[in-house]
Amino acid sequence: MGRNPIDLVGAEPGPARTVLFDGRPVPALPGQTIAAALWAAGVLAWRTTRDGGRPRGAFCGIGQCFDCLATVNGRPNRRTCLEPAEDGDTVTTQEGHGHAELAI
Amino acid sequence: MPNSRSESGRSAGAHPAGAARAGGRPYDLAVVGAGPAGLAAAVTAADLGLRVALVDAGARIGGQYYRHPAPELGAARPERLHHGWSAFAGLRERLAAHAGVDHLAGHHVWAAERGPVWRLHTTHGPEAADRTTVEAGAVLLATGAYERQLPFPGWTLPGVVTAGGAQAMLKSGLVLPGRRIVVAGSGPLLLAAASSLVHAGAEVPAVVEATDYLGYAKGLPTLLGNPAKLVEGARHGATLLRHRVRLRRSGAVVEAHGTDRVTAVTVARLDGDWRPVPGTERRIACDAVAVGHGLVPQIELATELGAATRTTPDGAVALAVDAEQRTSLDGLFAAGETCGVGGADLALAEGVLAAYAVAGRPAPRGAVVRRDRRRAFAELMAAAHVPGAGWTGWLTPETDVCRCEEVPVARIREAVEELGAGDARTVKLLTRAGMGWCQGRMCGAAVACLSGGPEGRADSRPLSCPVPLAQLAEPPA
Ligand code: FES
Repeated sequence: MGRNPIDLVGAEPGPARTVLFDGRPVPALPGQTIAAALWAAGVLAWRTTRDGGRPRGAFCGIGQCFDCLATVNGRPNRRTCLEPAEDGDTVTTQEGHGHAELAI
Repeated sequence: MPNSRSESGRSAGAHPAGAARAGGRPYDLAVVGAGPAGLAAAVTAADLGLRVALVDAGARIGGQYYRHPAPELGAARPERLHHGWSAFAGLRERLAAHAGVDHLAGHHVWAAERGPVWRLHTTHGPEAADRTTVEAGAVLLATGAYERQLPFPGWTLPGVVTAGGAQAMLKSGLVLPGRRIVVAGSGPLLLAAASSLVHAGAEVPAVVEATDYLGYAKGLPTLLGNPAKLVEGARHGATLLRHRVRLRRSGAVVEAHGTDRVTAVTVARLDGDWRPVPGTERRIACDAVAVGHGLVPQIELATELGAATRTTPDGAVALAVDAEQRTSLDGLFAAGETCGVGGADLALAEGVLAAYAVAGRPAPRGAVVRRDRRRAFAELMAAAHVPGAGWTGWLTPETDVCRCEEVPVARIREAVEELGAGDARTVKLLTRAGMGWCQGRMCGAAVACLSGGPEGRADSRPLSCPVPLAQLAEPPA
């Protein structure tokens, strides 16, 4: 009996892709979102809040809560629970409102 | 990210900025949402000879309920994570075989416009050209629901996720937020979530349900009219027993502990009003929490146009529909959770009925009976899980209510007690609670409750999802 999700559904994905999370390589199975790849790697937080600087990650998993925002390939405020992980994507922890470098 | 990949085998894909029509004419019917209600409606309407646009924000059909892994994950047995998968498989086949339905995947509808024909404005990517206007003679809203959350100290810690979110990430991405997951909140989704989590290898030390389930006993005839629902409940119960999952009734997670992520929760017993009973606290170690207090219909597109609503027995706002799934607006129909949360079987029946109504054909008797029985069950379920007013007893002044804008309980109480705010709208203007990215979807229920204003007020938003400014600036197609 399957004791992990992959075995449970008999998944046979192709070779994993690699995304860079804050510079460290994280495997992502083809078809997984960035948030899913991070969860699989045991990473639960990839944003800090604007006021308190508190860590946040995926909460609703379906694009409603905006807690899972990160900077993906230089673009801030991407909802990682909706964004498919592509090979070579760079994901960086997003601080505050995500526009720090734009000085607005 | 325009996504024209579709499992239906047939996809209208991404259109250049312009109008989507069926062979130069408006579609007979545009269905918004490709979950159980929308799928059933689309294929039934096509069977009845209508030209249908099935407009959906997801990359794949199924909605949240039939959410499943991307084909690239190569899942041989996706049904292991589902109930009622065969119904979905049947609908998927019918859709793939039907030339009468164009599936517009990855299209978020941000506004609906009434006129001689309905116009649905959609966005499918960040560029100015990533937009399409869908024209149709009638519209069916099958947009489903999102989860109701009640805050508690520590609920913003990483590792605390929504029960539906844990389900969604598991069903589509085959991942878990942790190894030892406490499931908490209220409503039937908790049992479903807990049983899929244990199937997938998680340890669930407890399912903590705020009600006592006695509410169901009041509706015995309704229960007996819905044997399938009883079987479903029993099946979840058996799974939980087999995995030694403890179901705690009349309890709640009153605090999550940890600094960078959750490491434990405190659960407490609740009295009949959901007030935590002092001295009953117990600490449970865990590395994730899946929490939710039922679902709230997602109906902004219709309320923005002034469609009539009703308050369901659990205080949520749903679209009011007649026996043929018509809303109060001409040519606007609704099916599934938008008419009051009731599960996939009800959604399937309502989708079929809506399709017959749009086609102007008499409804099949079987679908009417099934709808009526399941609707009665849905009302019983909502009444059984209505949140008790005492839940605010587990808040502390520092507990963030609005996750986006980081507005704590103390600021909301100040707005109410010292600044005289008497409803959620005034609280929002004074504190910014509900003004952030999620537009109050996560905190709306809690803010309404804390502000003491009228509960069950319909949200109204001119835009139902984020739209790039460049697309708004474009003249209409
Ligand atoms: S987790 Fe809620 S929007 Fe991504």
